[in-house]
Amino acid sequence: MNFFFHLGRYTLTLFSLFTRPEKAAMYWKELFRQMNLIGVGSVGIISIMTLFIGAVTSVQFAYQLQGNLIPMWYIGIIVRDSLMLELAPTLSALLLAGKVGSNISSELGTMRISEQIDAMKIMGVNTRAYLIGPKILASVLVMPLLIVFGVSFGIFGGLLVALGGTSGFTAAEYIRGLQDPIRDFDTVIMFIKSVSFAFIITSISAYQGFHTTGGVVGVGEASTRAVVYSSIVVIIADFLIAALLL
Amino acid sequence: MIEIKQLYKSFNNVEVLKGINITMNEGKCNLVIGKSGAGKTVLIKCMVGLFEPTKGQILYDERDFVKMSEKQRKQIRLEMGMLFQGNALFDSMTVEDNVRFPLDMFTSMTKKEKTDRVDEVLSRVNLVGAHKKFPSEISGGMMKRVGIARAIVQKPSYLFCDEPNSGLDPITSIVIDELIQEITQDLNITTVINTHDMNSVMGIGDKVIYIHEGAVHWEGTGNEVMTTKDKELDNFVFASKFWKHIKEEQQEENKP
Repeated sequence: MNFFFHLGRYTLTLFSLFTRPEKAAMYWKELFRQMNLIGVGSVGIISIMTLFIGAVTSVQFAYQLQGNLIPMWYIGIIVRDSLMLELAPTLSALLLAGKVGSNISSELGTMRISEQIDAMKIMGVNTRAYLIGPKILASVLVMPLLIVFGVSFGIFGGLLVALGGTSGFTAAEYIRGLQDPIRDFDTVIMFIKSVSFAFIITSISAYQGFHTTGGVVGVGEASTRAVVYSSIVVIIADFLIAALLL
Repeated sequence: MIEIKQLYKSFNNVEVLKGINITMNEGKCNLVIGKSGAGKTVLIKCMVGLFEPTKGQILYDERDFVKMSEKQRKQIRLEMGMLFQGNALFDSMTVEDNVRFPLDMFTSMTKKEKTDRVDEVLSRVNLVGAHKKFPSEISGGMMKRVGIARAIVQKPSYLFCDEPNSGLDPITSIVIDELIQEITQDLNITTVINTHDMNSVMGIGDKVIYIHEGAVHWEGTGNEVMTTKDKELDNFVFASKFWKHIKEEQQEENKP
């Protein structure tokens, strides 16, 4: 019963975003502020994570391919494709569920308990549209860029391992693998995952924050729920996208 | 003028407001007083649309707020300003941006007009030189002033104040009370103040409404509170030794 209550309210919250803005300029301003917070603010952490993920992937595949008949230049293909199809979108999404999701939830939760949302409502602002809409749109717009950035850093991580010369494959072999043509559909899947995960993380986190109750403790609980629920839904969506589209 | 007729509000079958009937005097400070849990905050939240009443009417110059669609309510909301107990200032914005926010959102004023209006209201609440400060960088009294400035920046017809003196020292409380009273008179707005503060009742209570157990128990002026014969109100207002002493002194003076 509780699940259906939240599902219904979540759906209604999303529908209420599609209203005419009171002042488009204010929504644009908020959109760019959120793009900066979510996008620029996450470049560093995504870069570090994907750099090491790319490096680890290349080391592990080099280890598994040793003594096999499969040529070592396949490592370039494997690192690139696994980053594009799974590692960069999914791991970045899980990381951002923690960073961006908890941030959105606690920001809105604090606004709720300190009556800032009520203050906006009394002024006549469509609080859902103004506070949630730009966050979702901003994340949907910047997430694909972050993932492209992440894939690039991951590939670079693999190259660094090759240049280190201790994992049994050379930089030339790695680059040879990278030059293998990319399937267009892989790029499509990467972008579908990026956009879907961005939507899931921000909408669930914003929903949790917006409907916070119970004071400061409630803000903490909403933040935890935002991270846990959005992470679980991201993993389920990851499976569904893979199962339906690949 | 604000009229409330037969207003009821329940939460989970518990009736909090039980048929409230009040007329708030236009251009005056109308104080709603009562014990904690009497229903004051629920009443004010129903009046501004944060709670939906179970039944009854809230008439703003004969326009029934309860029956309106959200779209129609937006027009009335533009005529409202509210000062919250905890100020509800936007943390991520400076003082100037907080006050400017309603103008940015709802008016087509030019940048200069908005700046002039923000300067005007900030100087009206005696807050000059704090434009670029964030709410976390100013005192409680200054936050109240910013809250008042934001509430009046669109020249409202109705001003709502929920516990405006809460968390303030006695001197700052009086200053804020006087400020609200001056603004009410200068702008000729109907002000509704929800308070526990007896200094406010005696100082600025053009009309005082005592709510007891979800219903209007007593109505009168601030001065009439001092001479009330109503036992329930008397117990509430003169609960403190200070006010009991004041009343006794006044009674002594009035003896022939």
